[in-house]
Amino acid sequence: MIDRSPSSLVKAVSRQLQDVMDPELTFLSVTDMGILRDVKFENGHIVCVITPTYSGCPATEVISEDVLKAAREIDPDAEVEVVLSPAWTTDWISLEAREKMTANGIAPPEGSSHDKAFLTGDGHTIPCPICKSKETKLISPFGSTPCKASFTCNACLEPFEHFKCF
Amino acid sequence: MHALLRLGDDALVLAQRLGEWCGHAPALEEDIALTNIALDLIGQTQSYLSLAGSLDPDAPKTDDELAFLRSESEFKNLLLVEQSNGHFGDTIARQFLFDQYALLRAEHLAQQTFDLDAAAIAAKAVKEIRYHAAHSSKWIIRLGDGTSESHSRIQKSIDDLWAFTGEMFAADDVDIAGSIAGLLPDLSALKTQWDVEIDRVLAEATLVRPKDGAMKTGGRTGVHTEELGTMLAEMQILPRTHPGASW
Repeated sequence: MIDRSPSSLVKAVSRQLQDVMDPELTFLSVTDMGILRDVKFENGHIVCVITPTYSGCPATEVISEDVLKAAREIDPDAEVEVVLSPAWTTDWISLEAREKMTANGIAPPEGSSHDKAFLTGDGHTIPCPICKSKETKLISPFGSTPCKASFTCNACLEPFEHFKCF
Repeated sequence: MHALLRLGDDALVLAQRLGEWCGHAPALEEDIALTNIALDLIGQTQSYLSLAGSLDPDAPKTDDELAFLRSESEFKNLLLVEQSNGHFGDTIARQFLFDQYALLRAEHLAQQTFDLDAAAIAAKAVKEIRYHAAHSSKWIIRLGDGTSESHSRIQKSIDDLWAFTGEMFAADDVDIAGSIAGLLPDLSALKTQWDVEIDRVLAEATLVRPKDGAMKTGGRTGVHTEELGTMLAEMQILPRTHPGASW
């Protein structure tokens, strides 16, 4: 028999949501990304709190639907709440998630989002996730999704994406 | 509500303009950059217009209703952001003049405590606009301090758009009331900060700051240049022709 107590529901939903992946970075879960902020029991049902990465990121809508679907497998009355504050930051991306990014050819965010140098690219070298060379070049601060910048490695000549510090 | 509409309309109209570059920019990287900036602005629009619509004293409206079912005179955006794209330099000049203003305004909004919903939207927007401002400033410098051709063309772009910059700082009743309440920044203080940043970038770009002449205003009260009407016609045709359409 399934334990329906609030605390065990929260635990079960949290476990379930570990398998909900970011639609753009399919090797990372919404928990890894720091997009899932909280799972709580309120007014007799589960509430999953998520926060968008970028204001206009289309993935947010998909993530919201995926989280709702997964949570409702445990609690049919579960709801999703989207909060803007505090604003999402790459500082919330787990160390493990950063390692997964590198393994998948994406250079993870370097340093803290409070460091303004990330904007100009000055003072930060982004190592190539493929050959690990530090001889890399920013091609454009924008990329295939709002969260990524485009780089090229001068050593192995491969283009790669960098998850922007934000 | 009027203050939020202005914020939303500035972002929406500029986003629509930038979206027109999709598939047409001079290089793939710039195509991606301009449309990414448009995407950020659309996201900010959704947040600001949703909030503005929820505060409508007559009947609450959705962000889509405000974006697609208002007429030209009901839009309260700056005349600057509705100006047509021109060539790439014109688009960059428009973006540069606006980004520096939008960044300072969003920084104020993120700090104020009069409207916490607006503060939350602005706190996200600040992070995005920093990237936009860094991008447009770098292009101004690259073009200004580039070849004699790029220098003279970007100087002309700045000169042509300068008459639209006064509107950003021309405080009316909405601005003054918003500023007293704490929601909006004091526009004269904002101008001082804007001047510093504009002058710094123009100097590095070896460009000359145009002299302030007669400034064009009207966008904040819904009196627009002819550019906006044709843009809205294209943007709104689908929801107006097929009300309630979905896919």
